[in-house]
Amino acid sequence: MEIPYTISTRPDTGLWNAKIGIWLFLASEVMLFGGLFSAYVFLRLDAPPGRWPHGLLNVPVGTMNTAILIMSSVTVVLAWAALKMRRYRVYWWYMLATITCGVIFLVVKLAYEWPQKFDHFGAYIKSEALEKYEQYLGNHRLEEKGLPPRLEITGHLHNREALNDPNIKEYEVALDPVNADPTNPAMDRPHFLYVPPTDKIAKIDKEDVERATMFLPTHNTYFASYFTITGLHGLHVLAGVLVFIYMWLPVSKKLYQHNPEHLANRVEVSGLFWHFVDLVWIFVFPLFYLL
Amino acid sequence: MNNPPDISQDPAEHEEYAHNVQKHVRGYLVVGALLLTFTGITVALSYVDFGTRKANIGVAMLVATLKAGLVAAIFMHLAAEKRLIYRVLIFTGFFVLGLFWLIFLAWYDPITR
Repeated sequence: MEIPYTISTRPDTGLWNAKIGIWLFLASEVMLFGGLFSAYVFLRLDAPPGRWPHGLLNVPVGTMNTAILIMSSVTVVLAWAALKMRRYRVYWWYMLATITCGVIFLVVKLAYEWPQKFDHFGAYIKSEALEKYEQYLGNHRLEEKGLPPRLEITGHLHNREALNDPNIKEYEVALDPVNADPTNPAMDRPHFLYVPPTDKIAKIDKEDVERATMFLPTHNTYFASYFTITGLHGLHVLAGVLVFIYMWLPVSKKLYQHNPEHLANRVEVSGLFWHFVDLVWIFVFPLFYLL
Repeated sequence: MNNPPDISQDPAEHEEYAHNVQKHVRGYLVVGALLLTFTGITVALSYVDFGTRKANIGVAMLVATLKAGLVAAIFMHLAAEKRLIYRVLIFTGFFVLGLFWLIFLAWYDPITR
């Protein structure tokens, strides 16, 4: 049985069917991400002073990934335009470029950004012990300047076994620049360029620690929302890449020879999905990386 | 910017049609370049201190909304779309605002606050 209205307009809607289908789907996607962003705003606005971290993500890498997604949005719309002009070869190359961009985005996210976080350590200090670690926190100075306090010491955990072994009484941390030199005015605003932990080692008694984990979703509400939203967004990128691969494989050539406008419409609706994924990232990037 | 019209079935008109799409392609490239520029601007502005963090967030969200508008209007062809799609989106906009309204509802919770 033929699917009706793949290229011709259905009289009552004024649209071909896939177009109205994808927009209804995107409407549900807006609700899905809208709910998550709403949760993000709620968690962030209600975070007590010093509880919402800043400057933990790698801005140059995030900027690069943003640019890659934007370029892939351009290439997919050019791929569609090429089909409209009946230039299959051009379409094929633009589609390959789009797939490559999507794959690069995912690789950067999964093989570089996330693992780097899983390998980073942070310890929230109990409020009564903050004074003891003043040399790493610099809270006296922050208080004078009216800035929110630092409650966490972060860096590279040398004795990782300390996380699970109750017999080890302290964490040995190679400090991040912000904790190695906390009174430096350059550290008042979070560092935007990624700087690796310093050689300066701090020993933190487990008794003084309120909570200490690697930078996992459980670490704080910031990372919980970061991993949830970027994870769901990453799944969308993966889905888009899989659909594009299908439309790029030889099977698409068959459809093209049989009914080129049908393939063009398929590319248009999957392109609409891809632009939506790009659009979500346009908000994710400043909210998590920059602000 | 209007969308490219549906392709003509008449081969004689196809030449003119292809030329027409070509014009749109130029538009897409310009929008792509604009989006990249705005990304650079967003990053640069995050280094500027606008006084409070709220002000910085406001500026960044303004630029992001502008970028999102460009993607939606040009790449997603919303600048000239059929009425039914606008109707769907008006409903979506209404309900998504409802999701953000939940934040206010939580703040005015009289039992736990």
